[in-house]
Amino acid sequence: MPTAFILLLLAANFRKMNIHEYQGKEILKRFGVGIQEGFVAETPEEAVEAAKKLQEQTGTGWWVVKAQVHAGGRGKGGGIKLAKSLDDVKSLSAQILGMTLVTPQTGAEGKLVRKVMIAQDVYYPGAEPVAEFYMSVLLNRQTGRDVIIYSTEGGMDIEDVAHNHPEKILNEEIDPKVGIQGFQARKIAYNLGLSGEANKQMVKFIMALYKAYVATDASQFEINPVLKTSDSKIIAVDAKVNLDENGLFRHPDLAAMRDVLEEDPTEVEAAEHNLNYVKLDGNIGCMVNGAGLAMATMDIIKLAGGDPANFLDVGGTADAARVEQAFRIILKDPNVKAILVNIFGGIVRCDRVAQGIVDAYRSIGEINVPIIVRLQGTNAVEAKEIIDNSGLQVQSVILLQEAADKVKEVLA
Amino acid sequence: MSVLVNKNSKIIVQGFTGSEGTFHAGQMIDYGTQVVGGVTPGKGGTKHLDRPVFNTVADAVNTTGADVSIIFVPPAFAADAIMEAADAGIKVIVCITEGIPVADMVNVKEYLRGRSSTLIGPNCPGVITPEEAKVGIMPGFVFRKGKIGIVSKSGTLTYEAADQVVKAGMGISTAIGIGGDPIIGTTTLEAVKLLMADDETDGIVMIGEIGGNLEALASEWIKENGTKPVVGFIAGKTAPAGRRMGHAGAIVGGADDTAEAKMRIMRECGIHVVDSPAQIGQKMAEVMAK
Repeated sequence: MPTAFILLLLAANFRKMNIHEYQGKEILKRFGVGIQEGFVAETPEEAVEAAKKLQEQTGTGWWVVKAQVHAGGRGKGGGIKLAKSLDDVKSLSAQILGMTLVTPQTGAEGKLVRKVMIAQDVYYPGAEPVAEFYMSVLLNRQTGRDVIIYSTEGGMDIEDVAHNHPEKILNEEIDPKVGIQGFQARKIAYNLGLSGEANKQMVKFIMALYKAYVATDASQFEINPVLKTSDSKIIAVDAKVNLDENGLFRHPDLAAMRDVLEEDPTEVEAAEHNLNYVKLDGNIGCMVNGAGLAMATMDIIKLAGGDPANFLDVGGTADAARVEQAFRIILKDPNVKAILVNIFGGIVRCDRVAQGIVDAYRSIGEINVPIIVRLQGTNAVEAKEIIDNSGLQVQSVILLQEAADKVKEVLA
Repeated sequence: MSVLVNKNSKIIVQGFTGSEGTFHAGQMIDYGTQVVGGVTPGKGGTKHLDRPVFNTVADAVNTTGADVSIIFVPPAFAADAIMEAADAGIKVIVCITEGIPVADMVNVKEYLRGRSSTLIGPNCPGVITPEEAKVGIMPGFVFRKGKIGIVSKSGTLTYEAADQVVKAGMGISTAIGIGGDPIIGTTTLEAVKLLMADDETDGIVMIGEIGGNLEALASEWIKENGTKPVVGFIAGKTAPAGRRMGHAGAIVGGADDTAEAKMRIMRECGIHVVDSPAQIGQKMAEVMAK
């Protein structure tokens, strides 16, 4: 597999539910994967208690305070700190809890830290040098099989490794008929340069990791770094665990791990109404039926000189209640200067959608931005009449090109 | 010859008596599609929409000679339904169901390896050969019969493209909605190959979206082996990296799966790419007039 394609796979994670590091590690541990142990805390006092408990259980004298947010690059943003005393644990936790953590993945607005994980120090000195590796399990879309991607270059950005040393990223594909085999795990362990006890431990780690991946309907595991400790243990120091949303019905315990505070509140609200909404930075709102047509509508807005304010797929049943909800969600964005509704009515009749738009408009009352409605398909002409005769400040068109031209007019 | 389905196709509906199955089977029958029966475990021996219901696909095939199946069963049972259809010797399996766990589809893909069934979808609008057979959930009236084949990941964008092609004075030979999931039965390339080999198809519309490399693979094949003009569009030029746009597979990962990169590769391979989705029909008319 070419490295560029591996990178594409790593980044293009589909339909996933993100969970926190501490939750990911909890799952891994359940399946016998070695982890850097720790406890979650929401206050500095809880953090100190967690540190004491951890000292009793693992003997650790140093601790790592790790911000729990759904974003990578936490260390770069100051979200991960080493504490060498209980006082440090308290002061560092106080500092990290409540901070707005900005990392390369959060965007400039950052993420509020509500929880920290107090973890054991695993870089303790010993008989052997420590070593960091990289490991991911995910789907290779091209072959329809799961693949383990790994590298000796752990603890750093995998994109950088791919750029500087593409030959150091290796992969091992799993045959779904039989699952991962021992020889595959051994091959990986030897390719990572491990021998003796560490090699054995790595084989165990890989077998358990894959088992956990399959058993949880995961869509991606990314363990960076996988650490060989100075006493030849193999453990996950970080754990980015993403679960397949489509598989969650089989795992109510995992579904309960969702942390909606980490998600965009408007997107969460939209999802509750079965609307597929993604907030963007532009000035033209849009409401469309179907994901492909929704993206195409965003492209039309751009070509007309505007910028899409959102992606919004209302799905197959664009009835009045749903259209109203969609309008309300789009109008929450103060940047929206106009709204383009683009519905291709197939099974759904356009005249019904048009009536829905009129009803929703009246129900909301004050709408101060121009609305362009493009209805095409079954009863498109009747639909246009309903809109045109409604007396509302709504412009209606039938062809997609006409919709594009109207957007241009509004922006002029 | 048309592609995948025609007036001689004998179609069964899996999930026949459920609300989705009932509604769309009715629409398919109204269209004139030869629906010969359906399958709902536990309801075998009864009649639904004036057609026999069977407990298993094997029973349905033995009694009716069905060779095409359309699946409306819920996501938790859809993988099982696809494999049952393949086991019973169904040639073309169209799976409409959205939301099937990816791990289930990994197993389905493996199960179908070496078997002669063709899976379309899942999470797709289906396949239509106008005036012959509608095996899907698309609005039939949009697809007037003609010589242009359509391959698309998206439902409503397929209807849009068909509508534009028809309004530009042409018609559709077969439209294939391949679906937008990470694992699909028939890829863009496989669908393009079918249409290239079809003597009732003179030109092809290929519609893709951000994410994955299916369009690039198809384009490279077209460059070497294409015998008919292809008009292409990729949705999602304005989609930001890392955000999933509705379809499970529609997410920009790297530099190679952006809309721009795909459109560039398609152009380099001789495909007539339109920047605006409003120009698909017009472009096809221009290309076909040459």
